[in-house]
Amino acid sequence: MKKVLLTGLALLLTAISAPAFAQDGGIDQAVNNAFAAATGPFVNFIFAPIPGTAFPWIVMWLVIAATVFTLYFGFIQVRGFRHSIQLVKGDYSDPNDAGEVSHFQALATALSGTVGLGNIAGVAVAVGIGGPGATFWMILAGLLGMASKFTECTLGVKYRNEYPDGSVSGGPMYYISKGFKERGLPGGKALALLFSVFCILGALGGGNMFQANQAHAQISGLVGDFPGWITGVVFAVIVFAVIVGGIKSIANVTEKVVPLMAVLYVGAALIILIVNFDKIGWAFGQIFEGAFTGLGVAGGMVGALIQGFKRAAFSNEAGVGSAAIAHSAVRTKEPTTEGLVSLLEPFIDTVVICTMTALVITISGVLVADPATGNYVLNGSSIQTVGDVSGVSLTSAAFAQGLSWFPYVLAVAVILFAFSTMISWSYYGLKAWTYMFGEGKTTELIFKVIFCLFIVIGAAASLGPVIDFSDAAIFAMAVVNITALYFLMPIVRREMNSYFERLKTGEIHRFKS
Amino acid sequence: MTAKIVIGLDGSEAGDRAVAYAKKLSALIGDCELIALYVIEWSPFSFQTAEENAERHKRREAEIAAAQSRVIEPAINALKAEGFAARGLVKHGHVADLLNATALSEGADQIVVARASEGGIASRMFGTSTAHLAMTAEVPVTIVG
Repeated sequence: MKKVLLTGLALLLTAISAPAFAQDGGIDQAVNNAFAAATGPFVNFIFAPIPGTAFPWIVMWLVIAATVFTLYFGFIQVRGFRHSIQLVKGDYSDPNDAGEVSHFQALATALSGTVGLGNIAGVAVAVGIGGPGATFWMILAGLLGMASKFTECTLGVKYRNEYPDGSVSGGPMYYISKGFKERGLPGGKALALLFSVFCILGALGGGNMFQANQAHAQISGLVGDFPGWITGVVFAVIVFAVIVGGIKSIANVTEKVVPLMAVLYVGAALIILIVNFDKIGWAFGQIFEGAFTGLGVAGGMVGALIQGFKRAAFSNEAGVGSAAIAHSAVRTKEPTTEGLVSLLEPFIDTVVICTMTALVITISGVLVADPATGNYVLNGSSIQTVGDVSGVSLTSAAFAQGLSWFPYVLAVAVILFAFSTMISWSYYGLKAWTYMFGEGKTTELIFKVIFCLFIVIGAAASLGPVIDFSDAAIFAMAVVNITALYFLMPIVRREMNSYFERLKTGEIHRFKS
Repeated sequence: MTAKIVIGLDGSEAGDRAVAYAKKLSALIGDCELIALYVIEWSPFSFQTAEENAERHKRREAEIAAAQSRVIEPAINALKAEGFAARGLVKHGHVADLLNATALSEGADQIVVARASEGGIASRMFGTSTAHLAMTAEVPVTIVG
């Protein structure tokens, strides 16, 4: 197996490097062309519209799943919300488990993998294409996605592997194979393997290339344009030092600074919103009006809806299955508790942070509107912006309207968010990789080297192909994961009902008053 | 036992001073049990990577085993060899909070700790564990200089 993997790695390196150096237009252009050509068919399949409409089937897939889970679990995101906060506070944590992974830690770790560029650049992409109306659909997707997250994370804890040395491995690949077996359903192993393949692609795409790409955009925006592969190599070396070299100090510093950056980001957004308090009502008006009319964006209401749902799913990863890998490390005897804690993730990520970003962009006036009609002015398929910016640069420009110094803070935040997301996804990808190829130092090293190589490609390629592939890979994970969740959701409901019953009778009790 | 004393150990010379003073008290009291507590500083609200989380249980067990073998067992063995009734505990959490909580749950009469030479900006800003214990404890505390 190792020989096969090494040969594959050599082929991959050849495939990546050969076209890159053979064409004119510099390394970045060559990488971009080769990458776009290689991923095109996969991207086209994932985003194929439902026949007769412009609506991508994958977006419908996510929305329907989140709605089904919301109804099936009786609006668990509403009735379980208060209890989930009590769990995060540690009110129900046994003091004898002190020193183990707490609910807060599992949530914070999962959030460090999701809160990041999706909230900064992803929202800008959604609002830049779908207009402020995309925010409404993003919030709705976030609220519904809480139920998807609950389902997958409950299963993640229930079916995790606990090894004799005390370490744990969990995630969709484990609950799919074990859960299907328990229910006597065929195909569990095959689905788990398919999920693992997509998880690896997702780790290399959204968890890696998109991050590297946007980090480079930020750095070059500050210091002037320079080839992306240089940023890629620098990032690759640092990530390599952490995940291969085991230099924990870099990861530890990031894990401590990232939450601070998140607080700074939300704080800055709040300051801008408070200063522009009189415009908040108008901004929400734009969000509601745009949600149902599109306010002139490409595709109208459907265009806004597609962008909102797409970017929400990309940001909070509800239904994707990645969070189940992170949440499965928690110390609890009750899988439902972690499901409840995990439903806070889309709330914090999408309903709170993404909405703030969208409000700041809307209020800042960087989106160009026609004063006569009130509709936004289009530049191709996107809304024309002041300074012709998109992605993270759009968010940066919007914040700069209120706080001129903020782009510098944002640049640092983006780089750190990108780094922490890469570290998180390198772990998710690794878990899928080892599920497929088995545990072992050489096997793990091969994945880690591939992961670092893709950082260079991601930084060198342009935003379009990278964002398409990143979305496609993440959504492909959701195809497999949600299929499995439909079959396994009766198990979750049984767990949930039993938990709430015992909570009611006092069998499960608070340790803190 | 008519009396119980909880001793805060940290594996340093300060812990030895606390033990020495607790022994003196125990000898004066006569019928007294000494409970040595080693606290591994830990917060449920700290941030960790996914990999650290996956390995956490293993690390916790290793931390407890190390504390038992390096600090608690030598201290308890020495106390028993000298004829004192003694036992040891290792816990994760906040030092001052756990010393107080343990004293309460064990029904201890006193907590004995030694002033450690904690320095740095953190201790200046937030105070030391001993200072925190002195301010918050619900059981009499002796801080050995």
